[in-house]
Amino acid sequence: MDNLKNFKKIDSEKITMLVLCIVFLLFPLIASAYDVLNMSYFFSMVFLSMSLWLIWGLTGIFSFGQTAFFGVGAYAYAMISMNFNNNTMTIVALVGALVIAWILALLLGYFMFYGGVNDVFVGLITLCVTLVMATFLAQSAGSQWKIGSVLLGGDNGINNIPPLSIEIGSIQFSLVGTYQYYFIILVLIGFYLFLRKMQHGKMGYSFVAIRENRERSQLLGYNISLLQTLSFSFGGVLAAFSGVLYVTWGGYISPSAMGISAAALPVVLVAAAGRNNLSGVMIFTVLYYFLSQKLSVSGSEYALVILGFILIMVILIVPKGIVVTIFNALDRLFSSRRRRDANDTASDTKQAGTY
Amino acid sequence: MDSFSFLILSAIGLAIIFGMMGVINLAHGEFIMLGAYITTLSCLAGVPIPIAIILGSIGVGIFGFIVDKLIIRHLYGRPQDSVVATWGISLIMGQGMLILMGPSLQGPSTPLGSFSVGGINYSLYRLILTIIACLLVVLLYWVFMHTKFGLRSRATMQNEEIARSLGTNTSQMYTLTFVVGSMFAGLTGGLFSFTMTIGPTFGTGFLMESFVTVIVGGANPLIGTVMSGGTLGIVHSALSYIFGTFIGRVGLLVAAIIFIRLWPTGFSGLLEKKILRVKKTNG
Repeated sequence: MDNLKNFKKIDSEKITMLVLCIVFLLFPLIASAYDVLNMSYFFSMVFLSMSLWLIWGLTGIFSFGQTAFFGVGAYAYAMISMNFNNNTMTIVALVGALVIAWILALLLGYFMFYGGVNDVFVGLITLCVTLVMATFLAQSAGSQWKIGSVLLGGDNGINNIPPLSIEIGSIQFSLVGTYQYYFIILVLIGFYLFLRKMQHGKMGYSFVAIRENRERSQLLGYNISLLQTLSFSFGGVLAAFSGVLYVTWGGYISPSAMGISAAALPVVLVAAAGRNNLSGVMIFTVLYYFLSQKLSVSGSEYALVILGFILIMVILIVPKGIVVTIFNALDRLFSSRRRRDANDTASDTKQAGTY
Repeated sequence: MDSFSFLILSAIGLAIIFGMMGVINLAHGEFIMLGAYITTLSCLAGVPIPIAIILGSIGVGIFGFIVDKLIIRHLYGRPQDSVVATWGISLIMGQGMLILMGPSLQGPSTPLGSFSVGGINYSLYRLILTIIACLLVVLLYWVFMHTKFGLRSRATMQNEEIARSLGTNTSQMYTLTFVVGSMFAGLTGGLFSFTMTIGPTFGTGFLMESFVTVIVGGANPLIGTVMSGGTLGIVHSALSYIFGTFIGRVGLLVAAIIFIRLWPTGFSGLLEKKILRVKKTNG
């Protein structure tokens, strides 16, 4: 709950996010093109964790289904953009993919929350939905499975999906490489600020109320089914956006992106980072993908073993979430020092501002 | 029949752990895989098949005991954290097995040959699997309803605090439950090790089916699992028979979704409601 109280205060979380923001905005200037490309991928996956933070961390809906919307976004974008086969239409494909995912999430949310399904059962239903889609797409090899002129491709997935491109006047350029990086990071920062704003607005507080006690919020006059559906559908859109970014980055999508292991990964990441804290979730997601890639690039077969070990350790030693614990420790460190400083200079806000 | 025994066997270990402890064991598939490995390896070393299967079961039980003492013990009553931890366990086990044993293992072929009824060939082994599934269910029923252990475990499941204050060592119960659940997983792995190729991903084939069965079954590991295994088994085999494997699989999942939507507490919740209603009208 401390993130509710301390909205106006400057703490280590905000400073870290500001520093990270500046570092990553300048990142393409100092890093190689390869690193920038990798970072774009990590940041695309951050949206997926973000969506789970919104519905699980904030609203308290436990969902395994974010990868389903990830897949819907990815496949829908691939279908629309490849059917048009025209670079100027990729924006339409992006919007179309998001709308499709939004409608699906709205339907599923309506189906569940107005039916009174809650708690762990939401997680189980969403898991089933994800697996249905993965199974369906995995068997869709062969020429009878196609939408328009594009084959679904079964287990092999879809290749050569075009990247996003933007047309301003007569200038048209594709969002690849550094352009793509900046597109992703700007949208990411935008969404981060928007979600933080929402978290401390009326909407965010109603979501938290639902997370803390569903019955009480209902008795106080909140329409919890509606709010849950809203949160869930917005989470679905975020996940779909992540999917679109992923296919525009790699040009490739396959059903394994929705399998049971892929479905559990966001849950694991959000839980390990500390599910109540958006900044923590984002940092940990990037860190996880960074580590898993570093470990697999270095050719070590022990990569997954080490990752599994880290996850278990995190849960056993810092159950609140690793990043959140670090933030709290830093805050405690600085606030005690600040108090000491305040005795001398009597201007603690200024002191805190310099960190 | 085939899918009935498959669903029951793959789900029962998971159902016991989930129903009793509220721990969602994402490493269930890897536990099954470990059982299959132990059975196959001891079989190749010349141990007779039934003993090899029992060895697999015991081996995984011991492994479950170690895992519980090291990790799960700290996570009682924290289902969402247990998801993360068991996910970590499954990563370690899957990759560790790949490193130790390589991508696949040539096991012995399906034992016992086949027989035919009315022109259709049945493998005798698969028939035995079905019988074993039924026997296990009966055994579980007996253990839960007619032994001291069963009584204590049901008490722990219903209300942990009261059970503890009445002198039941609940954390010991949880450990035991986890071991029993692991043993069933190992047994399943051992039984099916003769019918499938064995590799580090052996368990993932079970994971989805076992989850769906447990979901539809609800919190009661016994009645719930049997009934959902039966129902889903019928749906699955009927659809597979008429439309093919794929539709069977999707049908299984769709049936599960519809079922949960209608009765969110699964078969056990549905049954409890019925029983309560009967009791009320009687009293």
